[in-house]
Amino acid sequence: MMDASVISFYAISAFLLVFGFMAVTARKIFRSAIWLLFSLIGIASLYFWMDLQFLAAVQIIVYIGGIVVLIIFSIFLTQHSGADLPKALRSRKIAAGFLSLLGFGVIAGILSKTLFVETLTPMDVDMKTIGKKMLSLGGDGYALPFELVSVLLLAAMIGCIVIAVKKVPEKS
Amino acid sequence: MTSIPIIHFLIVSTALFFIGVYGFFTRRNMITMLMSIELILNSVNINFVVFNKYLHPESNDGLFFSLFIIAIAAAEAAVAIAIIINLYRTHSTIDVEDANEMKL
Repeated sequence: MMDASVISFYAISAFLLVFGFMAVTARKIFRSAIWLLFSLIGIASLYFWMDLQFLAAVQIIVYIGGIVVLIIFSIFLTQHSGADLPKALRSRKIAAGFLSLLGFGVIAGILSKTLFVETLTPMDVDMKTIGKKMLSLGGDGYALPFELVSVLLLAAMIGCIVIAVKKVPEKS
Repeated sequence: MTSIPIIHFLIVSTALFFIGVYGFFTRRNMITMLMSIELILNSVNINFVVFNKYLHPESNDGLFFSLFIIAIAAAEAAVAIAIIINLYRTHSTIDVEDANEMKL
């Protein structure tokens, strides 16, 4: 009944949720970044579980190799490592926890009432198909968003440089 | 492979989304808030991919949406961290409560 793939799905889900929760509650900011790293690895393994190798590889390269490393660098630049973060106000914690649980409950309730018609057709996730669609100008192609994302990345790069070279005004 | 009902995937992604929301509400440090936003974006990606794979496998739209969301998240994180580091250079703090002026 419980075969290995089912067990591994629940194991991966528990892994990513537990580490995600630790990432938002850890008191030391560096540990928080490491728990975020584990949670993102869990999401990449969920993509591997779903046989989406390309997306899993992109997740590992961009998130784990790029964004988490960037976050860790910015922690080194701006924080006293080893110091605890200030405790959140108890009232704010209660309100945030209540709102999150309420939202989760509402959405889970809606989901449990919705009827999803699942199909067994396998999805075509061949690398060749993805590459062709990404640059195709036809009706099911993604050439325009691809170019827009290129422009966005260029704009972000220029924006980062502009912000970084700005001179710090002298403190009076 | 579909021995798991689709709703379990959706519950996992919803839980991850609200974990991110909880972190965004309770944290006051800008870098940790950015980390919560990354969790939220990732839960959205899982949703797109799951809907694509288990409900409409004849197209690849959800997969491409996820790829573009990842690219946009990378750009957003880079700009956000540039702003945070610049704020630290001018104000010596990255707490959102202390960042209450537009210009020094």
